[in-house]
This record gives sequence, structure tokens and C-alpha cells, in this order.
Amino acid sequence: MINFIIRNIWQRVVLLVFISIISHSVIHLAPGEPALVDPSNPRMKAEDIQRIRAAYHLDEPLHIQYIFWVRDLFTGELKSFKDNQPVLRKIWDRFLNSLPLFIVSMMIIWFLAFPVGIKAALNRNSIFDRVSTFLSYALISIPGFFLAYLLIIFMVKTFDVPVIGMRTFGLEDAPLLLKSMDRVWHLTLPAMISAVGGMAVLSRYVRSQMLEVIHQDYMRTARAKGLSEDQVIYRHGLRNALLPFITMFGLTIPGLIGGSVIFETIFAWPGMGRLGFEAILARDFPVILTLTFFSAILVLLGTLISDILYGVADPRIKF
Amino acid sequence: MNEQTADALPPSKGLFQERWAILKRNRMAYASFWFLIALFALAIMGKVLTQNIVIFDPKIVRLSEKFLPPLTPYTSKITAKEDAPVMGVYLLGTDELGRDVFARMMEGSFVSLTVGFVAVGISLTVGIFFGGLAGFYGRVKLGFITVDTLIMRFVDIMLCFPSFFLILTVVALLPPSIYNIMIVIGLTSWMGIARFVRAEFLSLRDQDFVVAAKSQAIPAWRIIFIHMVPNAIAPVLVSATIGVATAILTESSLSFLGFGVQPPDATWGNILADGKTFLFDAPWLTFIPGFTILFVVLAFNLCGEGLREAFNPKLRTTP
Repeated sequence: MINFIIRNIWQRVVLLVFISIISHSVIHLAPGEPALVDPSNPRMKAEDIQRIRAAYHLDEPLHIQYIFWVRDLFTGELKSFKDNQPVLRKIWDRFLNSLPLFIVSMMIIWFLAFPVGIKAALNRNSIFDRVSTFLSYALISIPGFFLAYLLIIFMVKTFDVPVIGMRTFGLEDAPLLLKSMDRVWHLTLPAMISAVGGMAVLSRYVRSQMLEVIHQDYMRTARAKGLSEDQVIYRHGLRNALLPFITMFGLTIPGLIGGSVIFETIFAWPGMGRLGFEAILARDFPVILTLTFFSAILVLLGTLISDILYGVADPRIKF
Repeated sequence: MNEQTADALPPSKGLFQERWAILKRNRMAYASFWFLIALFALAIMGKVLTQNIVIFDPKIVRLSEKFLPPLTPYTSKITAKEDAPVMGVYLLGTDELGRDVFARMMEGSFVSLTVGFVAVGISLTVGIFFGGLAGFYGRVKLGFITVDTLIMRFVDIMLCFPSFFLILTVVALLPPSIYNIMIVIGLTSWMGIARFVRAEFLSLRDQDFVVAAKSQAIPAWRIIFIHMVPNAIAPVLVSATIGVATAILTESSLSFLGFGVQPPDATWGNILADGKTFLFDAPWLTFIPGFTILFVVLAFNLCGEGLREAFNPKLRTTP
């Protein structure tokens, strides 16, 4: 077990090095430089551009730039091109903003997808099954921002609540209850919208897993023993159907960065996805690179956790 | 041999006839299939009628006819006679420049579908190439690692990048063009196909027909492309159907952020993204492309799912 974990971590560290090299070269080889973001600015003279290039080591060869980046990242000295703030601080602040959104939408996904999927599988070909199947396909197929706009109009017109941003401006001195309600309202819609796609996919998965398990021999045995239907379904069926979802859980962690660009832009949510988007617009290479690096770490961490959990949960798997 | 057994057996059907019958039973998938066929016809018609024989001209700007709701008859005295819409009616209204939305949607159908199909074509080509290489030459050693390890580690690396974020980075850094978008979407979505093809090849490469082909000294490329790929292609093509849907959605998300297909080319995505500014004044500019994308992507998903069920004996419900 320990050996397995150590070997896995070692492999992932090697992968990580390659990932950072590839992303570094992609970003630096693509046309467009931080110094050229604003080419029509009359105040930018040729010598200014030269000074900027020198300050950010942009004149060095690529591999030297890479070494600079790694050195700065690990000493915490890495500065954003755009505003000279330390990159790690910036990302950490945005991470704290993204986290509640991520947690709430994960909770919505997992608490809704399972009942829906299980019920659809148990009543196969019923009206509920057909409707939920169709709905989940429809929810996967709708462009996210289109749905977001429809829901924003609906929420604002029906409930008259604030939905854009993280909090209402000017409520800093309000009583705690009012303030927290405000936060909850702001959180609801973005979390729901980011949950929609995941929910549709996950409920389909739950359904097909349950369907597979339902016809297994041990289910028939459990019924033949005279166990109650609830016990058969939830003790014998669901526990076995749950196994693949341990993997799924690990794989959702990187959603913290990648999936949120659009929704954070719509809802003006100052999270990591938007940080990345703004960095791309400003050609802020250190921020882009570090964000990519972190999301790769999250992916690798997620797969590592799911591998380990799988081994813990399923006695049939030996390392 | 004897007639009785011949009577008892159902008439033998070809592979595709059999699959077709299974697909037909799934009514939603079957309906989606014909919907898509109709859509292709419409898209080709749109291309011909907006570019070659100009009946619907999407580029005519009529500033006096801005924001007309759908089905408004053409009554203007200011607009020149030859700029009048076909049949004297704006079927789907006009946009902020007085352009005929129907003509723009017709033009957009072709462009959107092209983006989807070319992107998927690229990811299929790359995926089959790498997957086939890893599956067929997997045991060959290059120095200290096998070809299989090398390619599959590269696939792992590619999977670690947050895909939308990566697409956004590259599209934002490259000069905006419709070809870049297709290429970038294609080059970031081949990993699943490569894994698929590799798995198929691993099970095919030791089967008798491949061994027989090898024993006749048939060149490797012929074995791969003439003998093995056709046997592995069916499940890959099915997932490609869903890939087209994803590519259309990705393009619309990119358009929303302003990095999609640039004007004057119209796609459903950028009509929707432009229309959202006028959501309250001219809701049809949002709803028409929005629901078009929803229905088309839904049809691709349902059709792909139906095909997957037809081509995968394990998922089939009735014998």
C-alpha cells in the first residue's frame, strides 16, 4: 500500500514537471506578448517596451525563463506582470472566493443526482425515467450562459433578489443575519447553474450503475433470503453501485478552476476562473502558468485520492 | 442444408441493417437522426442560398429596420426595393443593424456545423493515429520506455490541462480566425478517442485475422488502416457524434467571451452572444439562436446515445 502510494506520487511529480514545461512553451511560443497588449498606447515608447521585456526576463532564452519561473514560484517571489502583486497571494484570495461556490454546487450535484438516478433505474421505462432522461440530455445540451441569463431574469423578476456579484455593495455594516442572507442569495444562482451540467451527467451515471447492479446474482440471492426490498436495494445494491463514484469524486476537484470561467464572468464572481480569464486578456504569463500548474496539481491529486480510496473501499482490489 | 432449420432461422441481416433496426426502436434517437439529416440539408441550402445564389443575403444592413420582431412584413419606404427580404417578410425578425436574422441563421448553420465537424475530424485523426500507434506498436521499445508508455503518458499529460482554460488561452493568444478555433478545439479533445482506439487495438492485435495478415507480409500501415481500423471504428464514430455537440457548445462559449468565430462570419454562437446585449429590447435575438443550439445539440446527444446503444451489445435492453 505504502509502496503503491509512493510510486504513484513519484510518477505524478514527473508528469507535473512535463506539464509545466509544455504549458510554459505553449504560452511563450504563441504570438502576443505582455508588452504588446496595448500597441496603440502612445505613451509606450520603444525603450519602455525594451525595459519591460528586460524586467520580465522576456529576452532570455525559453529554458532560462522556465528556470526563473520555477525559482520564483518556489521562493514565493513570483510577481504578476499586470500589477506586480505576488501571484500566490492573488490565487489564494481567489481560491477562497471560489471555494464556497464549488462546495455548494458539489453538494447540489451529489444530493440531487443520486435520488434521481436511483429512482430512474428502479422504475425503468416509467414516465419518471423518460422525463429525467430527456431533461438531463436537455440540460447537457443547453449553452450554459443562455440558461444563466434565463434564470437570472426569472429569479430577479419573481423573487426580486440580488444575484450578481458576491455581496451587495454597502451592506458591510448590516446586521449579521441580513448580511448572511445576502450572501446566500448571491451564492444560490451561480451554484445552481454550475451544478446543472454535473447533475445531469452524474444522474445518468448513477442510473446506469444501478441498472447494472440490479441484475447481479447477489441481488437475487438477497431477495431469495427474504430481505425487505429496501434492504436489498440500499444495503446490497447501492453500496456496490457506489464504488465507481469514488473515482468520480476525485475527478471533480479540478472543476474548481476549469469549469467556472463562464459562470464567474456572468455573475461577476471574483473566483479563480475569472482570474485566469483576466490574466489571459492581459497576457499575464506568470498568473496563467501558475494557474495551469495548480489545476494540473488538482487533477493529479484528485486521481491519486480516488485511486487510494478505491483500494480502501473495494476489498477486491489489491495493490 | 435442410429446409426446416433454414426456415426456423430469421433471415440473416447485415451488421448495419441489424443496428439500424435497433436504432429505430429508440424513438427519440430515431427522430433526432432524421432531424439532423434535415438540418444538414438546411445547412447546405443555407450555404448555397446565402453565398452562391444569393436569395437570403445576411449582410444587407438596413438601419431603418432595426429590431423588428419575427414575422414583421416588409413595409419600409426608406429601404431600397432590392434589399427587401424574400417574400416580403422578416421570418425571424431583424437584429441591431437591421440584418435579416433568418438569413443569418441560415448562414450560421453551415458555419456552426463546419466548426463542429472539422474539430471532430481533427480530433478523430489525431486520436486514431496516436491510439493506433500505441495499440499496434505498444511493445516496441524506444530506449528505456515502450511506445505505449510514451504515448499514454502524453495522453495523461494532455488530460491534466483544464481543457476550456487551455482552449481559451490558445485562442486568445493566436490571431482570431475560424480555422484556429477548429484546430484548437480538435487538438484538445482527441485524448478520449486515442484511449478508445488503443483499447480496441489491444484486443484486436492478437486476433487471428491480424496474425494472418501479418503472416502474409502485408505492410503494417495496410494492416492498421485496412484491417484493424474498420473493426475498431464503430464505437469511436459514436462518441464522435457527441463530440460534434460538444464542439458546437464550446464554440458558443468562446463566442460569449468574445473569442469565438469573428464577424462577418455568423455562427449560432456569435448570434447568441451578440443578441444577449439586447435581451430585453429584442428577446428573439437571444431565444432563436439559444433554442436552436439547444435542439441541435440535444439531437446530436440523443442520436449519439441511441447509436451507442445500438452498437454496444452490453447496453441493449431487449434481445
